Amino acid sequence: MNLRRASAEAKLILIAIPILIWTLLPIYHILLFAISRKDSAFAGNLWPDQPTLRNFGAVVRQEHFFLYHFWQQILNSIWIAFATGALTLFIATFAAFAISRLRVRGGRLAMNVALFTYFIPAAFLAIPMYKAMSVYGLLNTSWALIMSMVVIASPYAIWVLKQASDKLPIELDEAARIDGASPPQLFRMVYLPLIAPSMVAIGTYALLLAWNEYLYAFLMLSKETNVTLAVALGHFLSADDSPWELLMATGLLYALPPAAIYYAFRRFMVTGLTAGAVKS
Amino acid sequence: MPAPLSLQDRAPSPGLSSVSATTSPRLTQQQRWGLLFLAPYALLFLTFVVYPVTYGLWLARDPSSYEVLFEDPIFIRTVVNTLIFVVLAVNLKFLMALYLSGFFFNSRRWIRWLSVLFLLPWAIPSIPTIYSARFMLNPEWGLINSVIFRLTGADGPGWLTDPTLALSMSMLVHIWKSLPFWTLILIAGRMAIPQEQYEAASVDGATRWQRFLYVTWPGIGTLYLTSTILSMIWTIGDFNSVYLLTGGGPADLTHVLATLGIRYIRLDQVEQAMATVVVAMPLVLPLVWFMMRRLSRGDKG
Repeated sequence: MNLRRASAEAKLILIAIPILIWTLLPIYHILLFAISRKDSAFAGNLWPDQPTLRNFGAVVRQEHFFLYHFWQQILNSIWIAFATGALTLFIATFAAFAISRLRVRGGRLAMNVALFTYFIPAAFLAIPMYKAMSVYGLLNTSWALIMSMVVIASPYAIWVLKQASDKLPIELDEAARIDGASPPQLFRMVYLPLIAPSMVAIGTYALLLAWNEYLYAFLMLSKETNVTLAVALGHFLSADDSPWELLMATGLLYALPPAAIYYAFRRFMVTGLTAGAVKS
Repeated sequence: MPAPLSLQDRAPSPGLSSVSATTSPRLTQQQRWGLLFLAPYALLFLTFVVYPVTYGLWLARDPSSYEVLFEDPIFIRTVVNTLIFVVLAVNLKFLMALYLSGFFFNSRRWIRWLSVLFLLPWAIPSIPTIYSARFMLNPEWGLINSVIFRLTGADGPGWLTDPTLALSMSMLVHIWKSLPFWTLILIAGRMAIPQEQYEAASVDGATRWQRFLYVTWPGIGTLYLTSTILSMIWTIGDFNSVYLLTGGGPADLTHVLATLGIRYIRLDQVEQAMATVVVAMPLVLPLVWFMMRRLSRGDKG
């Protein structure tokens, strides 16, 4: 019996090892490059022979042609992420309130239209959007990227907030109405306090979407001083002799904040979607 | 489950309509406020979706842009790549996710910890990890070929210089990135299956395969199918896995429709770019239609 249990455990471990290697190898490789000197990194070593933090020093002191605007680009990424989060929340909370609590006519249509936009892959919307941004004269301003990201983020945001709103007891609204509350008062005093937890999660979702975005960012922005960190990482490869060790050190710094937030919110990130898109 | 298209969009209940009949000026006030609250999204949608799409379609109205597109020597290759990518990568990913969801559906403490690590590819932004894979696969300096060389003394294959291998590597990167997410979804599906069904099956002496066939699959089959369709839609639009790994190369042979459109935009050929989007729609829209139908059906259940 003990032998059987040991062999079952061994079988599980045999499955676990390839899973672990598959999952961690590219991430380990980032770390390996980030703490290696260039010659050591390019030698194809599996371990760093002389681990060093020099690369990170070079990044934060902006000591390379590709890094001259590192701090500016971080600020751009932060600004665009927070502006996207805030605007998405503003638009989506209002819309969810109108559709779910005020039962506005055309609410169902608005929801369907939003869902449709959610399902159309963003890479295809990028082309007409790029053209429109150039007509509006927004290309190469952070607003082009912010507005694109709000468009991409708000359908899912409206949908999740609307589902959360539907779960709130309607009696609360009725009681407030009997007391003579107008819709704006209802929104401020009844709805906002109750929906706030969902708003935190949705704001985080929009913020991460903007921080991680590459395609729209590199289409809409091109000046070294106004691109996000994501686009700046892409610029590293424009030279033949790219400093991959610096690219990976920068990439690690870029990846850490969203990874930390994902882990903090991972329960929501999954249940939000299962409750909506997939389960039926 | 409260589906997105739900209750209050239907006809008001009798009780409600009797109230609304007596307070009808109040209701119009509510409707007016409703429209006002909905206005920001409506404005956003008109400005940044309706206008761009209409303008884009107008740009792509000329049949000659399609002729130019179809005559581009890489076009057919791109369509074939896209189909291979969507059918092969998504189904492979889902078979892996189905298997792994069974593996991770386990109360052992170390498997719980492993599942937390397993989420990393999903939590980390694509750019650093795909670039990392890109260097790992570099035929001359990359980690993979240097390990192959050390073990066998022979040169490894040109992972990113051979078009077939390069496309396969893009698919692998795509799977690597999105496998954790779909595995989590399927784990959630497995958790919804009542434990008693497995116990009853064990009492009846069911084999592992029979338990899967008669308990697990009926429980998560619909979820599996819906997830596959949704993942196909998103995979058709996967720009990063191809662009960041191969850039469409070598010799533009690994493009998919999502990267081809962007390539035209970068070359300032807007008409061809829009034509590419239009050509992708017969692939995308039926799947979107399926998802929308499924969501509104979930509403009635």
